[in-house]
Amino acid sequence: MSINTEATPYCEDVIKKFTLAAVFWGVVGFLAGDFIAWQLAFPVLNLDLEWTSFGRLRPVHTSAVIFAFGGNVLFSTSLYIVQRTSRASLFGGNGLGNFIFFNFQALIVVAALTYVLGFSQGQEYAEPEWWIDLWLTVIWVAYLIAFAGTIMKRKEPHIYVANWFFFAMILTIAMLHLGNNIAVPVSFMKSYNVFGGVQNAMTQWWYGHNAVGFFLTAGFLGIMYYFVPKRAERPVYSYRLSIVHFWALIFLYIWAGPHHLHYTALPDWAQTLGMTFSVMLWMPSWGGMINGLMTLSGAWDKLRTDPVMRFLVSSVAFYGMSTFEGPMMSIKAVNSLSHYTDWGIGHVHSGALGWVAFVSFGALYFLVPKLWGRKELYSLKLVGVHFWIATIGIVLYITAMWISGIMQGLMWRAYDNLGFLQYSFIETVEAMRPYYIIRAIGGLLFVAGSLVMVYNIIKTIKGDVADEAYASAASGAR
Amino acid sequence: MATVEKDSVSGQNTTGHEWDGIKELNTPLPKWWVYVFWATVVWAVGYWFMYPAWPLLNGYTQGSLGYSSRGELSNELEAQKKARSAWLSKIEASDASAIEKDKDLLRYAMAGGKIAFNENCAPCHGSGGVGVAGAYPTLADDEWLWGGTLADIEQTIKYGVRNTNKDTRTSEMPKFGVDGTLKPEQIAAVSDYVVSLASKAPAKGSAGETVYAENCAVCHGEDGSGQAALGAPALNNQIWLFVKGSKDGIAAQVNNPKHGAMPAWAERLDASTIKMLAVYVHNLGGGK
Repeated sequence: MSINTEATPYCEDVIKKFTLAAVFWGVVGFLAGDFIAWQLAFPVLNLDLEWTSFGRLRPVHTSAVIFAFGGNVLFSTSLYIVQRTSRASLFGGNGLGNFIFFNFQALIVVAALTYVLGFSQGQEYAEPEWWIDLWLTVIWVAYLIAFAGTIMKRKEPHIYVANWFFFAMILTIAMLHLGNNIAVPVSFMKSYNVFGGVQNAMTQWWYGHNAVGFFLTAGFLGIMYYFVPKRAERPVYSYRLSIVHFWALIFLYIWAGPHHLHYTALPDWAQTLGMTFSVMLWMPSWGGMINGLMTLSGAWDKLRTDPVMRFLVSSVAFYGMSTFEGPMMSIKAVNSLSHYTDWGIGHVHSGALGWVAFVSFGALYFLVPKLWGRKELYSLKLVGVHFWIATIGIVLYITAMWISGIMQGLMWRAYDNLGFLQYSFIETVEAMRPYYIIRAIGGLLFVAGSLVMVYNIIKTIKGDVADEAYASAASGAR
Repeated sequence: MATVEKDSVSGQNTTGHEWDGIKELNTPLPKWWVYVFWATVVWAVGYWFMYPAWPLLNGYTQGSLGYSSRGELSNELEAQKKARSAWLSKIEASDASAIEKDKDLLRYAMAGGKIAFNENCAPCHGSGGVGVAGAYPTLADDEWLWGGTLADIEQTIKYGVRNTNKDTRTSEMPKFGVDGTLKPEQIAAVSDYVVSLASKAPAKGSAGETVYAENCAVCHGEDGSGQAALGAPALNNQIWLFVKGSKDGIAAQVNNPKHGAMPAWAERLDASTIKMLAVYVHNLGGGK
């Protein structure tokens, strides 16, 4: 096998670029997020300027972390994995790869600029105006061609499970992007969505929820399915489970969007379907967790010796936690308390920071030494430092949001003994403030951890080695 | 291409596939996973029979419980209304002044007025009616733009100030400078005079006094005591909304005045809530 691998020249220049872009946009996106978190606790940080107000910076944060960071991680890892697991070089080569890379980075910058200047479609997580949507469509089709083309010329008889997930992500995101952005342009910077009212809301959350489902779940499960067995050097726990949970996940996820619209003008029947499919989604989601965690049986000791493994395994644990919390919050009785509160923000971030970012960090730490031909990272000890700082940050973040969200929900529904509402809205905001501060501190730790990663990666690329003994011990165990 | 082999740790066979060194075990599905999955499916199907669930060509399956979220809401509102009715019926039947005279009704109205105030009024007027300097008047003192009696307050809350409601309170101070009615030196003089008026030592015989008498006194009063019917503020004290009491501030207001505005709450709140709000504001400290 090793002879074959050596014989295939893989396109890795463009993978390197995507990897560096992922690290860069990660830091930018985390910083933007923490800044707006401080804005919520200290409104003076809006600076009294329209361009720096929370409303304009928030989409900069969400787009930067989901699409710029997450997107570049997905491009980098999927195009790396598809080559290796197909034993084929990238279809279209570095030319097509570079086309995707440069267009995508330029699109990120342009989209962020339009947000700051006040242009938005008003569709959450799909804010860019119509011509940016068309531009993204071209990039995405190029990505589909590069990915599918590589699969087509594979030298392996079967398609590896990671590639099923990437493929599902690419196709579904294309469908969602096109469906949710059907708009009539009235000028260069303004368009109107063809759907209005509750139909617009439904289309929006069909898109929004499945962006989570297919971009942040399916795509990153693809990452998990390669890097966990690779780093653990163990076979994947269950091939059968991977098939069953893949198809169950793909089939059930697409129905779950209406749970974002409980107790609204959306018809009751659609709310019911959204809720019941979300609950049925629990086990299909956990199939990925089981396969991720159980792949470690026989290699659990690596958690002690290998901090990169710690990132990968913790990400799967956070994934399991959020995919239990999600179905629970979709139940209408729970949702009537949790909806519109900070609990939702906490839920999103336990998934986004704990699962998406952690599995990405694990993958990046794995990829960088491989891509730049180093034996190991500059310092595994610093990976451990990053892990603990970031983990403490996440725990502060999500516990603060659980407390503030549940408190907020309870305060909204509290009546006094005369039958009047007990609290006004502003009193709930005052009560949440300490938790906003704790959340922002948690975010600051997360940002600090990512800076440790940047340092470690730069040193690794330079070829420095900090703790030779530790590094060789870890790689010796491999 | 690897062949099927037995994994020594788990005792399971591999599938015989291999990609970039990654193999897969052929472990069967965990039983508990399958059972819990089917349990959620059974629960979901049961739920579909009981609640509105599947769209049909005309309408949708209603479910056996006859549930609708609109029905649930009206039931909850009805229950809440019933729980409040003992007191609320008395509030409905009494006018604001009668509510103020009855000790128990007053206590109830103050509680109801407080939450209504914090939800609807505090965003501008501040918690407890402290106001915002330069923007929104204080409601906790005895200085009133449109009158501080219970009836005045109720009227202001109901119809608001300078809005589109046909009964709105309205008035407009002329733009003395912008419209050219007064020359800059006249504006300077009258501003000096108003400063003296505010410190209770009017500059008798000054040029400003003449300008004041000819242009301002008709609304703000000869002695600067204001006129609630026109929303013309008193100028003979140190309480200011827009101008901070300085000569420059007063001159700017005379030149091109700012005006406040307030919504007509009768368009948004029911009569009982407005009565309770009026009672609450009247009792904040400065009611007349």
